[in-house]
Amino acid sequence: MASSKDKVSEVNQSIYDFRYAENASYKTDSGLTEDIVRQISKEKHDPDWMLDFRLKSLEIYNSMTIPEWGPPIDGLHMEDIVTYIKPNTDMKGKWDEVPDDIKDTFEKLGIPQAERESLAGVGAQYDSEVVYHNVKKEVEEQGVIYTDMESALTGEYSDIVKEHFMKLVPPTDHKFAALHGAVWSGGSFVYVPAGVHVDIPLQSYFRLNAAGAGQFEHTLIVVEPGAYLHFIEGCSAPKYNVANLHAGCVELFVGDGARLRYSTIENWSKNMYNLNTKRATVGKDGIMEWVSGSFGSHTSYLYPMTILKGDNSKMEFTGITFAGKGQQLDTGDKVVHIGKNTSSHISTKSISKDGGECVYRGEVTITENAANSRSSVNCDSLMLDSISRSDTIPAMDIRNATSDVGHEAKIGRISDEAVFYLMSRGMSEEDAKSMIVSGFAEPVAKELPLEYAVEMNNLIKLEMDTRD
Amino acid sequence: MSELLRVENVHALADDKQILNGLNLEIKKGETHVIMGPNGAGKSTLDSVIMGNPQYKVTEGKVFFEGEDITALKADARARKGIFLSFQTPEEVPGVTLEDFLRVCRRNMTGQPLKVFAFRKELKALMDDLDMDPSYASRYLNVGFSGGEKKKSEILQMLVLQPKLAMLDETDSGLDVDAVRVVSKGIKKFKNEDNSLLIITHNARILENLDIDKVHILYNGRIIKTAGPELIEEVNTNGFANIIGKED
Repeated sequence: MASSKDKVSEVNQSIYDFRYAENASYKTDSGLTEDIVRQISKEKHDPDWMLDFRLKSLEIYNSMTIPEWGPPIDGLHMEDIVTYIKPNTDMKGKWDEVPDDIKDTFEKLGIPQAERESLAGVGAQYDSEVVYHNVKKEVEEQGVIYTDMESALTGEYSDIVKEHFMKLVPPTDHKFAALHGAVWSGGSFVYVPAGVHVDIPLQSYFRLNAAGAGQFEHTLIVVEPGAYLHFIEGCSAPKYNVANLHAGCVELFVGDGARLRYSTIENWSKNMYNLNTKRATVGKDGIMEWVSGSFGSHTSYLYPMTILKGDNSKMEFTGITFAGKGQQLDTGDKVVHIGKNTSSHISTKSISKDGGECVYRGEVTITENAANSRSSVNCDSLMLDSISRSDTIPAMDIRNATSDVGHEAKIGRISDEAVFYLMSRGMSEEDAKSMIVSGFAEPVAKELPLEYAVEMNNLIKLEMDTRD
Repeated sequence: MSELLRVENVHALADDKQILNGLNLEIKKGETHVIMGPNGAGKSTLDSVIMGNPQYKVTEGKVFFEGEDITALKADARARKGIFLSFQTPEEVPGVTLEDFLRVCRRNMTGQPLKVFAFRKELKALMDDLDMDPSYASRYLNVGFSGGEKKKSEILQMLVLQPKLAMLDETDSGLDVDAVRVVSKGIKKFKNEDNSLLIITHNARILENLDIDKVHILYNGRIIKTAGPELIEEVNTNGFANIIGKED
């Protein structure tokens, strides 16, 4: 399968780029057949409705074509992708019980340290299954539920899961949503009861260790009326020379007067096809806030979507995308205004370097019903050389006369004068460029918790240091 | 006193246009030199060439700093050796606060880790001297600064970095009387018997409190006349016509 499309650029050694021998207790054959889907379902002890759901999704998957409007994904061969790899452990509630190789992986990524210092709860997924889940007692006592999807599916919250699972992102949405429906595994379930304010963030970390594998975690968050939650999602994978696939799905239900902040730093290896779907629905007076950093991957399709269903609901999206050599990152944001007096503000930054391509693709829809709504979209692109690319494709569909919509796009190159200015103060050329790029990314870093802002700046430095 | 900077027969191009034509200049440690000359004579080019701006190409001649040939060095290496340029129009760098920027610069210069609180205190005192509102420390570097604040920010950088040679490129241009006084005070504070100044100016006011050693007239890419501080008075009274006339 080593066609030229599969070649990926080598990056410098980074803290993310280490891997352990695959030590799976169970893995499916590569490719996708009804047999494989049945095996996954059996292995995971799905309830009957879930097996039916998976099979239905597979049918939809087989009937749909690959989207052709985005960057090419023909380097991805589904027949070569292993859809389910169960790590050699059951889920643990104590860090000490997690097997050493897996524990070392997360230690190196700083997950347990972050949990100790600044998180209310942590979930850690390794390949297809969650291997560790823990939540602070105080948070549990508030009635907050934070668990892996498998436990949620069969446990006492199974009705809530069944009520919401893939209702926001139905398998018919697109081919990879159908694929997700058929082979999904792992992910987190969070339930915040009405009026509960979770003071410190919860975090899930997804690590794809195996080569030629797919990761299809499902994140389902229900924030009941008047409640507040900050959820952080981190992703990474070591590099391999074969294609990996990430087709996760995130469904967020924000109740009336509730507020959810969802922060992500995705840092995929450069062989990854990241075809991820994230969607939120927001009730009356509710607020949805997205902070999204997209680093790495060979090709990304990522457009977190918000449905502003209730009157006066609000959405804010702050995103940054960094594409280096050989990368095509097609990212953006979608919002649908349904309620009256709803507002959305989208602000994105993109950085492209060494021939990397960043595309902002977004869509703002204001329905007839959504009187007096407002939407503003700001896209700011920085190109570090003349071979890199940046495009902006904003679509707008406005169906009433009382709403107000604005779009601004700026595309610029790093200025030689600014680099010289910083160098004249004793900074090397690389440091000068790095400082300019970090400064460009600062409005996004400001939205992240400190540790993640630091991580993002490190990622920028790593990308800036990449040499051929 | 020993030699700090020597520019030897330098020819330089900008956009393939010859700007400097065999320029010679020598500055000793502790000296203050002033460069005057009509617009387009090559004054800013000289500063840029000494600082190592890659937009200017040196086709002939050499630049020595403390006896070492630095003609091939990049700007950052020159800065670390102790050369500083106060820009006529300083760049804006969004997202990087003035304080963070200065802290990184200081650390680069000394190679030593920095005590954050001590540095902050030092910075505040320097900003007081320059009549800069302390809030500027947490603003992004030069972004939205007025012309005067940008020039003060340059002088602040000079005071933080303590270079051996500071070149001031029309630091007084566009400043009101009060701002010139403040900037001039900052320069005076910086100057000691070990460091040197190379000042490009059209304006005598900024020089009032300084002891000038030499004044050069730059014309057509060369220095055509060098004399003591009395030359400033002559230029201010009679303009460049007399001096240039003799050259042509």
